[in-house]
Amino acid sequence: MAKGRVEFKEDICKGCELCTTVCPVDIIFMDKTRINKKGYHPATVVEMDKCIGCANCAMVCPDLVITVERF
Amino acid sequence: MAVIFERTKGLTEVETHYCPGCTHGIIHRLVGEAMVELGILDNAIGVAPVGCSVFAYEYFNCDMHEAAHGRAPAVATGIKRVHPDNFVFTYQGDGDLASIGTAEIVHAAHRGEKISTIFVNNAIYGMTGGQMAPTTLIGQKTTTSPQGRTVEHSGMPIRMSELLATIDGAKFVERVAVNTPGNIRKAKRAIIEAFKVQLEGKGFGIVEVLSTCPTNWGMTAPESMKWLADNMIPYYPLGNFRRPEEAE
Ligand SMILES: Cc1ncc(C[n+]2csc(CCOP(=O)(O)OP(=O)(O)O)c2C)c(N)n1
Ligand code: SF4
Ligand code: SF4
Ligand code: SF4
Repeated sequence: MAKGRVEFKEDICKGCELCTTVCPVDIIFMDKTRINKKGYHPATVVEMDKCIGCANCAMVCPDLVITVERF
Repeated sequence: MAVIFERTKGLTEVETHYCPGCTHGIIHRLVGEAMVELGILDNAIGVAPVGCSVFAYEYFNCDMHEAAHGRAPAVATGIKRVHPDNFVFTYQGDGDLASIGTAEIVHAAHRGEKISTIFVNNAIYGMTGGQMAPTTLIGQKTTTSPQGRTVEHSGMPIRMSELLATIDGAKFVERVAVNTPGNIRKAKRAIIEAFKVQLEGKGFGIVEVLSTCPTNWGMTAPESMKWLADNMIPYYPLGNFRRPEEAE
């Protein structure tokens, strides 16, 4: 299985939750403990080592929050 | 380690005003990526509509022009005829294209204008607060169809791709959706193909993109993606309706 790493530009996340619905390994969560400068709970990744770099999350993000690397 | 996805240079750095989860943002990205991949960004002139995407001229990283409501194909016609070597596209909603601007899109296609149109169908007037559009589905509740649209009062929802595919001048017509990663990838392929039809001088091309409006549909963004799949796609089938070889 390919390995990946994602980076979320948290300040521009609008908290829409779309990315959380398409991750095949289910590692994206809305961080309810924080609020970004737009006033939303930002999406965040836990257990980054499980990321397979499929870019599904980036594909559905309407706000170009996510950068994906694969290795 | 290789970056396989990053922000496209086809869009400016400006943060959009779109509501959370609105798929206008995805469609903008696909258009931006398509222009970069085809190497036409510096040569492109876009025409923005009236509707939620009225500020598209702030977001696309190419020359842009604003048009009055529904008139983008007429403005694009003028631009393309004066600058035939530039790539010219319109970006329009369903209120813009399928209601007030129906004459403009039909006749631009009919004349075979060498322009490309991105038609964002979200089955509602988003910008003005959720009124019924010609594309609103039967039974769909909007502020002007509070009990749900009926055939008797408003007719059946208009299928613009099918209509335009009957016109000789329309050389590329395809309907796509941006509700899943797979459909988003397919939507990008269609946009690239439509743009090539113009670049090869073959004539008019349009991609209808089924899109969401979480705010005026009154749903969360994930619910909107499901509503699109369950309600829009059955009535607005995805697929290609016309390609240059068939259009001859
Ligand atoms: C001549 C004119 N008539 C009516 C309006 C009001 N108006 C603004 S946007 C709009 C409809 C927009 O809906 P759509 O094209 O579907 O785009 P969306 O906002 O859903 O992306 C209307 C009727 C206007 N601005 N100008
Ligand atoms: S790249 Fe794929 S696996 Fe990694 S976080 Fe995004 S959706 Fe999940
Ligand atoms: S899809 Fe984008 S904007 Fe929406 S929650 Fe995920 S990162 Fe944030
Ligand atoms: S009103 Fe609807 S179409 Fe307009 S930005 Fe909001 S969600 Fe998108």
